[in-house]
Amino acid sequence: MLQQSPMETEVYVRDAADPRKVARAVEDLAGGWRQRRLAWALAWLDTRNRYRGSVFGPFWLTFSTAVMVGGLGVLYSTLFKLDIRLYLPFLAVSLLLWNTINQIAAEACTTFTSADAIIRQMRLPYTVHILRTVFRTLISAAHSLPLIALVFLVCGHLPGPEAFLVVPGFIILIVNAIAGAFFLGLLCARFRDIPPIVANVMQLAFFLSPILWKPELLEGWQAWLFLNPFYVLIEVVRGPLVEGGVPLRVWAASVVYTSGMVALALVFFVRFRNRLAFWI
Amino acid sequence: MAYIRSEEMTVEFPLYHLGARSLKKRLLAKSSSRLRDDANRVVVSALRDLTFTINPGERVALVGSNGAGKTTLLRCLAGIYEPVSGRIELQGTIGALIDPAAGMDQEATGRENIVLRGMFLGRTPAECEAMAEEAGQFSGLGEFLDVPVRTYSAGMGIRLAFAAATLMSPQILLMDEWFLAGDADFIARATTRLEQLVSGADILVLATHDMNVVQRWCTRVLQMDQGRIVGDMPVSDFFAS
Repeated sequence: MLQQSPMETEVYVRDAADPRKVARAVEDLAGGWRQRRLAWALAWLDTRNRYRGSVFGPFWLTFSTAVMVGGLGVLYSTLFKLDIRLYLPFLAVSLLLWNTINQIAAEACTTFTSADAIIRQMRLPYTVHILRTVFRTLISAAHSLPLIALVFLVCGHLPGPEAFLVVPGFIILIVNAIAGAFFLGLLCARFRDIPPIVANVMQLAFFLSPILWKPELLEGWQAWLFLNPFYVLIEVVRGPLVEGGVPLRVWAASVVYTSGMVALALVFFVRFRNRLAFWI
Repeated sequence: MAYIRSEEMTVEFPLYHLGARSLKKRLLAKSSSRLRDDANRVVVSALRDLTFTINPGERVALVGSNGAGKTTLLRCLAGIYEPVSGRIELQGTIGALIDPAAGMDQEATGRENIVLRGMFLGRTPAECEAMAEEAGQFSGLGEFLDVPVRTYSAGMGIRLAFAAATLMSPQILLMDEWFLAGDADFIARATTRLEQLVSGADILVLATHDMNVVQRWCTRVLQMDQGRIVGDMPVSDFFAS
């Protein structure tokens, strides 16, 4: 049997008269980051289990995205009278980003409720469950990256140096994913009616946001698109890759939305962290 | 040194699904205030004003009927539930054997599950591999260690769970009585390992119904009833009364 090292034996105190909620929440976040390898291992295990027995495994997602891109690409480039070689790269990136955001929103709702057995058995930073969900989504998104490369190659689309802006864009997306998972995970643990509401909102957002259609089609209204947070989140990654850059007001909006999301998630987590075990 | 100190610790469980869980009920309750039931949620007092201290070297049995709060108290000591009022303070590494199957992935192999368990406890992958080797030998699963847990018989499942759960040697050992739910052969094997584990720990807290277990393993008895401690005595006094 392994002996625990003595350094791990700090005093554990929980005093209802002195809850120190902020400090506990920060400890949880730091602890979750320390155990990110566990979250990563669990995310891999989830991915493997989900596609156990299927020959192509998570590459089915790649195929279905490919079929969507092919079919919708032909239809909408005709409807919108766009050059298919310009439209396809846009559509491929849009759909991959949307699938990722949609999956995060759906799985964030069950982050804590599906980990109930673990939560009731051992003290583990709640952040681990959040990272598990986010990593799992990233793993399945990564399976569609070859498709993007293929579409770019076939259409002869080569992004310029502004493509490096995809890095800050991606970071913004991840931060929102983590904050959103905290918020939705807590809310759905308490109120079991939230997941269907989230699913409906996401479906509506898919059509209201420029995913299938290009922002230019709005003409004069395009300047107001930054009011749609889903557009902003997609655009900070898509713009550098297929549209030659991102308008400054979209970057500004992304910073505002991200700050808001992070603040909301932190307030919820600090306030309700110690209630979560009772909810699930 | 390991110790546990609880001062007037109280834990209450909200039972939302009896009434107030859904958003609809919550919203309706807010808007039509005349219809609002003041008892918006049902609250169960699981633990009430528990005050006790457990010093190093003590082996404590929690006894009481079903629903007395034994498992809830173990979960509080493990840091899963936080008190609603009062205070809990403890020092020492904790090993919680509360639910044997928790954290087991049915689709993963026995070996992968043991590695996973090690990672849950914050160990490095290299340490986890060593743990898997040791647990494999102890559980006697042999080549079944590399087969998905889903295919195990119930007995094999318990053996693996027990091996995985007892990999660490903690200072404070919290046990629910599930570990006695095995066949005679398993109990014989498990007893040796438990003895090692218990003698290595500074404090043992054990929830049980079985008086033989109390007599054999424990030095002190905490009697619980309806979330309160109704008796606190050395084992000899407990059996004398």
